[in-house]
Amino acid sequence: MSLLRATDVSKSYGDLEVLHGVTFDIESGQVKAIIGPSGSGKSTLLRCLALLEEPDRGAVTLGDAPPGPGEVGMVFQRFNLFQNMSALDNVMCGLVEVRRLEKSEARQQARAFLDRVGLADKGAQFPDELSGGQQQRVAIARALVMRPKAMLFDEPTSALDIELVREVLDVIESLAREGMTMVVVTHEMRFAQHVASSVLMMDEGRIVEEAPPDQFFSAPKEERTQRFLSLVE
Amino acid sequence: MLASFDTHLFWQALSSGPYWRGALTALELTAVALSTALIIGFFVALGVLSQRRWVRGFAWSYNWLFRATPTLLQLYFVWDVLPTLWHGFAGSWFTPFMAAWIALSLNEAAYLSEIIRSGLMSVDPGQELAGRALGMSHRSILRRVIMPQAIRIAIPPIGNEFITLLKLTSLASIISLHELLTASTQLTAAKFEYTEPLLAALVYYLVIVSVLMAIQARLERKFTWTSNRRGRRVAPPAMPAVSHDAR
Repeated sequence: MSLLRATDVSKSYGDLEVLHGVTFDIESGQVKAIIGPSGSGKSTLLRCLALLEEPDRGAVTLGDAPPGPGEVGMVFQRFNLFQNMSALDNVMCGLVEVRRLEKSEARQQARAFLDRVGLADKGAQFPDELSGGQQQRVAIARALVMRPKAMLFDEPTSALDIELVREVLDVIESLAREGMTMVVVTHEMRFAQHVASSVLMMDEGRIVEEAPPDQFFSAPKEERTQRFLSLVE
Repeated sequence: MLASFDTHLFWQALSSGPYWRGALTALELTAVALSTALIIGFFVALGVLSQRRWVRGFAWSYNWLFRATPTLLQLYFVWDVLPTLWHGFAGSWFTPFMAAWIALSLNEAAYLSEIIRSGLMSVDPGQELAGRALGMSHRSILRRVIMPQAIRIAIPPIGNEFITLLKLTSLASIISLHELLTASTQLTAAKFEYTEPLLAALVYYLVIVSVLMAIQARLERKFTWTSNRRGRRVAPPAMPAVSHDAR
């Protein structure tokens, strides 16, 4: 039974069709990694799943209805923390503005989630004062605090200095162990191999191939996947 | 040393009722006109950025009309022409102060809308995206995320506008508003002396602007987001300075 599903989703920007009737679904507790060259439609698919883009055709459903506010969490490549708020306020913001919680209650929950990503002592810091890895962990806490049913990660480590990648991947891996349903667009092949329950290859707005990681990396069926893997490894 | 400087006359001017009241009027007019203009300017800025064609057209025309015509002409128009068009403006409530308030607000809003628009556009689009991903409403994103960041960019040019507006209030002397310049020209006419009355007016303007600059510095610190309370010196992204003292 699929939890989050995109059915025959198409999306164009002007004359450029970025998604050609993509159908994608993920079951509860699964982790799917999406790889593919830039411009292949990975990010657009993710944005459609997060309702940040309205598909031209097709539908996105969570369970059997469209996702509600905050039900699908999204983490961006460039973190996108609110620059005018401290780390704690960033994490609280959705609880206060969307869930309408009392500030004291929201603050308590936000603290717990900052602690969860290992940043209990950084609540008062502003985004400018945090490293990229810390900012991304705050961004993950900000999405998690909304208790999403699924989390989407759009190249969460691509903007990070190499020594900061691990701390972010560790958080994502621990979420996977807890059974969080996740879709991760990534260039980290080893991460995909170890954490994902299945790996998807996208190219030119279509899903080219989907397979469990062992099979995907050792014996890819499609020529396009073989070519891509030979280039990145 | 100035040969004919009359220190007594200078102090007399500086401490006289008309000067005090004139300065207060100028300051009041500046404050209310700027506040009104900020509200109108904010909506005009949203209008210029709107998806709807007719809203954009309206906002654009507003800016065109009020920036293309002299402020002085607008003042005359509001004071002399409005009451003949609408009898509502012929009542006793329509004082020179009210007329100047209306004219300067409408005029200043056109300039402020452009400042606010560049402030809004300077905010990283990723900020809005993150808000939407959390499920925040458009209004909520604007109020909690985009506006505070836009204000930080807009404070220095708005400070500029405050100073320009303060000096523009002297124009209202031509519709018989008793502001600071009126006080000094009346004294000039009574004493046949120019130096002391005008110098006294100059001192008032300098004091008011100095206080304003101190307030602006405080505001800029307040909108610098840092955990260090005293604030760092961070220059916000530069905005082109607009000079329009000849409005």
